[in-house]
This record gives sequence, C-alpha cells and structure tokens, in this order.
Amino acid sequence: MGLSRRDFLKVSAAGGLMAASSLSPVPVAAREPTPRLPEAMGMLFDATVCIGCKACMSACKEYNHLPPDRSSPESLWDDPRDLSAKTVNIVKLYRSGTGQVKNREIDGYSFIRRLCMHCVDPCCISACPVSALTKDSQTGVVKYNKNNCIGCRYCQIACPYDIPKFQWDHAFPQIVKCQLCDHRIAQGGYSACCEFCPNGASIFGNVQDLRREAKRRLALPVGKVADYPLHRVDSKETRQWVVSPYHPKVFGEKDGGGTQVLMLAGVPFQKLGLPQLGEESTASHAETLYHTLYKGMIVPYVILGGLFYVIYKNTSEHLP
Amino acid sequence: MTETYDTVKGKIFTKPFLVLAVLAGLALVLGIYRYIAGLGAVTNLSDGYPWGIWITFDVLVGTALGCGGYAMAILVYAFNRWEYHPVVRSAVLTSVFGYTLAGVAIFLDIGRYWNGYKLFLPWTVNFNSVMVEVALCIAAYVVVLWIEFLPTVLEAYPDNPKAQSTRRRLEKALPFIAAVGILLPTMHQSSLGTLMIIAGHKLSPLWQSHLLPTFFLLSAILMGFGVTVLESILSSVVFKRPFETPVLSRLAVVMAWMTVIYLAVRLADLLFRGALVFTSGSLTISFVVENLLFLVPVLLLVNPAWQKDLRWLFVVAAAMLLAGALYRFNAFLIGFNPGAGWRYFPATQELMITLGIVAFELMAYLYFVKRYPVLPKVEPA
Repeated sequence: MGLSRRDFLKVSAAGGLMAASSLSPVPVAAREPTPRLPEAMGMLFDATVCIGCKACMSACKEYNHLPPDRSSPESLWDDPRDLSAKTVNIVKLYRSGTGQVKNREIDGYSFIRRLCMHCVDPCCISACPVSALTKDSQTGVVKYNKNNCIGCRYCQIACPYDIPKFQWDHAFPQIVKCQLCDHRIAQGGYSACCEFCPNGASIFGNVQDLRREAKRRLALPVGKVADYPLHRVDSKETRQWVVSPYHPKVFGEKDGGGTQVLMLAGVPFQKLGLPQLGEESTASHAETLYHTLYKGMIVPYVILGGLFYVIYKNTSEHLP
Repeated sequence: MTETYDTVKGKIFTKPFLVLAVLAGLALVLGIYRYIAGLGAVTNLSDGYPWGIWITFDVLVGTALGCGGYAMAILVYAFNRWEYHPVVRSAVLTSVFGYTLAGVAIFLDIGRYWNGYKLFLPWTVNFNSVMVEVALCIAAYVVVLWIEFLPTVLEAYPDNPKAQSTRRRLEKALPFIAAVGILLPTMHQSSLGTLMIIAGHKLSPLWQSHLLPTFFLLSAILMGFGVTVLESILSSVVFKRPFETPVLSRLAVVMAWMTVIYLAVRLADLLFRGALVFTSGSLTISFVVENLLFLVPVLLLVNPAWQKDLRWLFVVAAAMLLAGALYRFNAFLIGFNPGAGWRYFPATQELMITLGIVAFELMAYLYFVKRYPVLPKVEPA
C-alpha cells in the first residue's frame, strides 16, 4: 500500500496542471474588450440641464406599458422611490448641505436619471446562462427575452448599476429593464424619454454623435449662453441655456468598458449614485479566466484522462 | 483487501425521524406556497440581494458539505490511500443527498423554472456564462453520485441476479466513474467561486479576487475532509458503533496541512492585491472570524496527542466546516454590497424551507444506512 513515487508523480502532474490553470491569476490569453458598434444608438443625459420634471418617467411608463408604482401612504400617484420591476427609468435628486445652488457639489443639488446604461460589454449578457439577454448587433440595445429566461437572477448580481429588476410578487415572474424603446426604434421612432424631455436634458442618437456633443458641452465657456439640441442629437430644434460648470468627465465613455447611455453633470458621478468602475467590464475578467480554464474543454479532458489512468492502475491493484 | 459493510440495525421510524419529518413537511407546504405566491411571499430577497440563504447555504455550503465523496475519492482512488476506503461509502451517501437537495433548492430559487430545460439546449446556452458551467456540472455530478452509490443499494439484493450483474458491471466501470466523480466537483466547486468575479466592486476586496475559484476549490476539499470526520464520529455515537479513530486522525492531519496551504495562498493574495484594508467593522469581524476558524485545525493538531483525541478531532472537523461555510457566506452575502439602501436577512419562511431541506437530508441518511449496507461491518471482538 502507500503511494509509490511514480504514482505520486503522475497524480501530481495531473493535479499540477489543474492547479496551475486555476491558480494562474495572469490569464493565458485575455479576452479582447468589446469594441463599440459603429451604428450603436444611445442617449446623452445632461444633469445640468435637467429640471427634474419627470416627463421622461411618465412617457417611459406610457410607452412601455408599465404599471404605476405607488410608494406614498395615500397611494394616489406614480411616485417610485427607486427602480423596480414597475419602473425602469427614474429621476433622482442629490442634495448636499443647504441645497441652494443647482449642479453644485457642496450646499447644492442635482438631478440624476437612472436607467439601463446599455453597456458596450454588458455583464448581464455575459452572466445570463440561457441567452435571455442579448445585445442588438446594429443598435447595441441590451434586450431581454423572457422565453429563454430561467429566473436565476445572475444578471442582477452581475450588473454594476443594479439595473435588471425581478418581479418578486409574481408566480410567473420576469426580469424587467429599459430596452431603449427598441419597439419604437423598430418603427422609426426613438426612446420615449428623449422625445418627451422638454429641455434637451435627455437626447437620443448615434453614440459617436452623442460623444462629440458631450465633449462640445464640456468645452463650452461657463456663464455664456449656448445652444442645446432638443430630443435628438441631430435635431435642428435647439434651446438656449446659460452654461453651468461641468464636472470634467463624460460618464460612460470608458466606465466599465463604456456605455451607450452617456452622462454629464455638475457634481461628481459617485455623489449621484453611479459606481466607480475600471476601464474594462468585469465580464471580460470573468470570461478570460473562465475560457482560460475551459477553452475547448482541453484542460478538463486532459485531467480526466490522467485521472482515469491513475485510478485504473490503483483500483486494479486493490480490487479483485 | 476485503471489506464488508452492513446495515445499521433498528427501526426506521424513531422519534427523531418523526421530528425531522414534521420539519420537512412544513418546508413542503411553504415550498408549494412559494410557487403560488411568488418568491417575494416567502423570502426577503430583493433586487439588491437577489441571492439569499437558499443559494448561499443550500447550494454553496450544501454542495461543499457534499464534497466528502469527492475528497475521499481523491485520497483513495487518485492518491492510492486505500486505508481510507472504509469511509468512502458513507461519504458518497452524504454527497448524494447534499448535491441532490442543492438541486432541489436551485429549483425552488429560480423564478422561471419551467424554462429550466433551456440550459440543456445548445442553441440557447450561453457558453460565456460561468453559470452554465456550474449548472451543467452540478446536474451531471448528481447523476454520477447516484451511479457511484448504486452498487451499495444493489448489494442489498443478493438474490436478484439482475441487480448483481448490474452491480458487477458498475464495479468494472469504477475507474471511469471515479475519474468523472473527481473531475466534475473540481470544475464546479471552483466555478462557484468564479461566479462572483463578474460582480466586481459589489463584492468587498477582502473576498473579490481572481483566485476565488482556487479558494472555493480548496475550501470545498477541506470541508469534504471535515464532513467525513464529523459524520464518522457522529454516526459512531448515534448508532453506538466503535470509533474509526486511527483513520480519522490521519485524515485530520492531511486536512490541517492542506489548510496551511489554503491560508498561505489566501494571505499572499490579500497582500498582493493590497486588499487588507478594513473599512467596515462588521466586515472586519466576519473576515477575522472566518480565518480564525480556518486556523483552528492547524493550531489544535500541532499537538500530536490531540491528533488522536476524538473530542479534539470533533472540534477540528466542526471548525473546518464552519470556516468553509463562513467563507462562502462572506463571499456571496456578507461581503456583497449592491449599494446604499439594500439589506438582507432571511425571512422565517425562507429559513424554514432551508431547515426542512436539511431535515429531509438527515431523514434520507438515516433511512439509507438502516436499509442498505453503507457503514463498515462491526467485527465482534
């Protein structure tokens, strides 16, 4: 009995391979970050222009057939406290100190919209085991297909923005999230929130154009009057605003691998409840590690072969 | 080497068995209610904490407790340590139930269970999803475990020629079954850790690491050793059988050495990532307790006399299981922070369902050791 030197070496070789592959923090071949789609559609939200009227919220509910979410004791209004399976778009308020000056971090306030960011490299899609979440190959919209969904809620764990919501009170629940009004886009329209925003705080368009528009706004001279397009980035219709100082960052340009919903604000984004993310999606980290271990199932098969050989030898010694 | 196994004598319907049956029955009723009224009606799960105690305890801890069969198979079949062979059967039995009931918990937990078959359709499966590996691998392993256990069941029918020929065929296939039975847990126990990598900043840096799969794998094997020791001691006490002290003592020492490796890698990883930063009091406590529990087997077994003392072996095994369990809770729940405003503590009904599942597991164990030859035969001295 006992372990012969040869057997030990064999098992160690198989085990070593296994350990090496699971221990290696530096992947063999990192998965390339997903590039932006050239025709990708998205949105630019400019908190400095938003007046918190919530027209986007009621338009969103109407055109996506979502029920009211009543949070006050009177139960009269649609007044959601946060995103939920009933509310996929919300305007929130940041307030600090005396809350006197709009778009100021200290003793000021700011509005912020929260909705699906339509990531360039979405964690929810990487996480979903049954391809219920997919990215449109043209528009880049992150869509949900309930016919595939098993309700495991891994998308909720994975999403850095906590966007996918689950119908907890349903016997036959679904995941609910913003799909950029892709049903309206399919008919030549665009996102209802942008169509009904009266001030140009939310504008719809090609993400490259939106990015240029965001950069243009960041470069505007503070205190001067400037043109802000309404509803769509390529719109001829504009509104004039006095430029308020911007926090010098386009949120979503690179955050978490980039998003198709871009944001501008006068207050740092973390104060507005947005997470601080690296320049790569965690989906690329997870997939790199995962595919390093399971590429073509080669490592598992090699281990299986090694194990079989060793066990066959060992059992024939010990069993009749 | 010939080993003989025997059934445990005694009635199946004892008082403890009936108490367990009541708990399991309650869980069954609550489980039915969950399917009628939705997950929100019986759980405190929320959009911030979509995974609760069912995933963390029933699946993560449950399958790790079910790693006894895995850990013993590695020792006996791969490392040729046949002195541990007598405990393989009972280890496999606990694994069978640990894994089967984790499968039941998953089915309770997933919201759109009627779509579950989509996991097995190549054209819907997303091969980038870590969840796929976990789900398919656990499903396959449940089947493999039942096949591993089948010879024990068939042994109870010596007069049935069909049963005996099947048994002989299964025993011939043992090397292959054992190899698959080692490969599959290696894959999914590590992948359970990989699941959390995508959660990124939502998991505290004390646990968020690219080595999550390594820690989940190592701690699963450690818990497999722990559960085998604990189960052997407990069944000796409960069924008034002689203790298997020499085997357990050696097993515990192997376990302690592996724990040293685990802790060294864990510490190195934390230092390398510069993650030993303590910002939250409760997380610090949870982190310290977790790692102290891992230290218990190492510290206690330094003393050679204690290595052979059943009471200390019991403490060591229990500490090992608590350590692995707390690590899993920390990495999936306690260290997970989806943002301000979210809280989670399991609802009573949620806990009752988990309790019922554990009760059913114990009932099944009691039934099987009394009905089938699982435990080594006691030779009259």
